[in-house]
Amino acid sequence: MQPLKTVHSTFVPLPLENVDTDQIIPARFLKATTREGFGKNLFRDWRYENDNDQQPKKDFVLNNPLYSGEILVAGKNFGCGSSREHAAWSILDYGFKVVVSSFFADIFKNNALNNGVLPVKVSDAFLQKIFEQNNQSTLTINLDAQTITIDATGDQETFDINNYKKTCLLNGYDDIDFLLSIRKDIEAFEAANL
Amino acid sequence: MAKTLFEKIWDKHVVKSIPGGPDVLYIDKHFIHEVTSPQAFAGLEKRRLPLFRPQQIVATADHNVPTINQHLPIRDQLSKHQVDQLIENCKKFGLELYGLGHPFQGIVHVIGPELGITQPGMTIVCGDSHTSTHGAFGSIAFGIGTSEVEMVFASQCLLQMKPKRMRINVEGELNKGVVSKDIILYIISLISASGATGYFVEYAGSAIRSLSMEARMTVCNMSIEMGARGGMIAPDETTFEYLKGRPFAPQGEEWEKKVAQWKELYSDADAVIDKEITINAADIEPMITYGTNPGLGMAINSLIPATETLPEGERKNIIKALQYMGLEEGKPLKGMRVQNVFIGSCTNSRIEDLRLVADMVKGKKKNEHVKVMIVPGSQQVAAQAKAEGLNQIFEEAGFEVRQAGCSACLGMNEDKVPAGEYCISTSNRNFEGRQGAGARTLLASPLTAAAAAITGVVTDVREFLS
Repeated sequence: MQPLKTVHSTFVPLPLENVDTDQIIPARFLKATTREGFGKNLFRDWRYENDNDQQPKKDFVLNNPLYSGEILVAGKNFGCGSSREHAAWSILDYGFKVVVSSFFADIFKNNALNNGVLPVKVSDAFLQKIFEQNNQSTLTINLDAQTITIDATGDQETFDINNYKKTCLLNGYDDIDFLLSIRKDIEAFEAANL
Repeated sequence: MAKTLFEKIWDKHVVKSIPGGPDVLYIDKHFIHEVTSPQAFAGLEKRRLPLFRPQQIVATADHNVPTINQHLPIRDQLSKHQVDQLIENCKKFGLELYGLGHPFQGIVHVIGPELGITQPGMTIVCGDSHTSTHGAFGSIAFGIGTSEVEMVFASQCLLQMKPKRMRINVEGELNKGVVSKDIILYIISLISASGATGYFVEYAGSAIRSLSMEARMTVCNMSIEMGARGGMIAPDETTFEYLKGRPFAPQGEEWEKKVAQWKELYSDADAVIDKEITINAADIEPMITYGTNPGLGMAINSLIPATETLPEGERKNIIKALQYMGLEEGKPLKGMRVQNVFIGSCTNSRIEDLRLVADMVKGKKKNEHVKVMIVPGSQQVAAQAKAEGLNQIFEEAGFEVRQAGCSACLGMNEDKVPAGEYCISTSNRNFEGRQGAGARTLLASPLTAAAAAITGVVTDVREFLS
C-alpha cells in the first residue's frame, strides 16, 4: 500500500446522495480475478451510453474535461450497498486518492482505508461550500493534522480517523502485517476459548 | 455489567484491543464465494502465507453460476474463469468446496443456516454484505471486503471498530398478507437507506419473536440496506428447533451443552442501547419500493410521495430515481403493468418462501405478459421443493423454475432483466442497473411477487387473497 500524507489537488464534484457500489462498479465487471484495471469501468453506466465506452455521456462529470484531480467529492451516504472492494479498487485505479462526503457507508469506508484511499467525512455545510467552488479550485488534505482546506477561501474542517488507521495510511502499512505480528496472542486466545 | 446480546458475543471474541483504535476480533466461521475471494487467495500466495484455520472456512459458488444447465460448462468465459479459479484455489489450499454439482451448493447465506453451520454466539464473516442474514441465529455476522477476506485467511481475525447499538422492536400481530419482507421494507422506509449506518441492530419484540427462522433471516438479511453493520435476533426455542439435527449442528451431549450456552444470549434488561425504535406491527402493510434505493418504499396502496416539501439534496435524488424508474410522484403503483417477476435471492429463496408462493398460485396460471423466474436458494431447497410437489405447481402456473444461485438479484450471471422493463423482485436491492443495465426493480415480498405473476400488474395481495 502506498503511504498517504497530504493531497493537494483540484477535485471532481459528484453532488449526488446514496451513490451505491453498483453505480461505482456494476456487478458484471466483477468477474476479474486481479485487483487492477477497474478504473476504466468506474461509474460505467453513468459514464457511457449503451454500455459502449466509445459513447461517453457528455453530461457526466468524468467526461467533462474541465474537471479532474485526485479528489472525488460526493453527496452523503457514499458507497452504500454491496461489500465489493472492487468499488475502492476502481476509485484508486482511476486515480483518486481521497473521497470527500458528508457520510460514508461502513464497508466502503473500511475497503477504502485498506487500499490507501482516504475517506474524508465533512459537515453538510462544508460539503456544500466545496460544491460551490469552481473547477480551478483546489483542496488540501493533511492526514497528519486531520484537516481539509478549501484553498481559495481558507475554509477548513478537521476530520476523524482512528489513530491506528492513520498510522497505517501515513506509513503504507496494512492490517495483515499487524495481525501476523500478534499470532501468539491469537493462538493463546484459541487455546483459552475454543 | 449489563450487556446487550451484541456485546456478549463481541466481548467474548476480542483477542486484543488497540487503544484509540479497533479491536482484534476473532472470527469463528468464514464463508467464501467466487467473486470476492480470488484476489485474497492471490494476496496470500504473494506473501507466501498458508490459510491459518482452513477448517473454519466454507466455500461455495453462487454469484456467477448459471441457473440452467448447471451440468454443462459455464458459457460465459469470464464467469467460468472465476468459478474455475475458486475450484483451483480450494484445491491448492485444501478447502472443501460446495461447488456446482455438490448437493450442498447454493447461495452462501442460504446454505450456512440450512446446513447448521451458522450457530448462535458465533462471529461470522463473508465477502458479501448480506452476511447479516446469519444474525437471525443470534450471531454477529457481517460483510467484509476482499482485503479483509485475506486478513481472515491469514489470521482468523479482523481489526474492527465496535459499532453503536440500536434496537428495533416490532410489537403486536402482523396484518393479513404481511410477511417478514414487509417488516424490513417498512423499517428501511422509515429510517432510510443510511438510517442505521454505524450501528449494529438487534431486532426484538413480539412480532419478531413470532417469526420462523427463515422469516427472521429475511429481516436480518436486509439490515445492510439501512446501512447497519449487521442485524441480529436473540436465539430462542424457534432457533434451537430449527438447528437440531442439521448436518453440522452439535449432536448428543454437545448439543445440550451448546443450547445451555445459547440460552444466555440475550440483551440484559438494563443494558444500554444507543438508539431504540419501536414499531407497531399493525401499522405495517404489504410494501413495495418505487425508487432506486431500498429506503424508497411505501405501502402498496399508497401514492408515490410528492417531492416538493423535501430538502433539496433528497429532492434531487428522488427526482433522479423516479426518472430512472419511469414513475411520477403523486401517482399509484398499484395496477401498473410489470413485465417480470423474480422470486429468489438470499433474501427470499428458502423453502418457506417457495411454499408461500405455491400456496398462492396453486391451480392458477401466470399472466401471459409476464416472465416469471423462481430460483431456489440452494440445491437442498430445490430438492425439497421438488419432493413437496412445489415445482409442479410452479410449472403448471407457467413459472420458469431454475437451479440454485444468486440469479437475477445482481445482474452478474446470465439472468438479467431487460433495460426499461419492470421487475417485481423478492431480492434486496433496487439500485439503478442492479438486475441488468436499465432494469427497473420493485422490491416486494414473495406474496406480492406471486400476486403480480398471476395478475400481470402491481397487486395488493390482500385483495387477491379475499
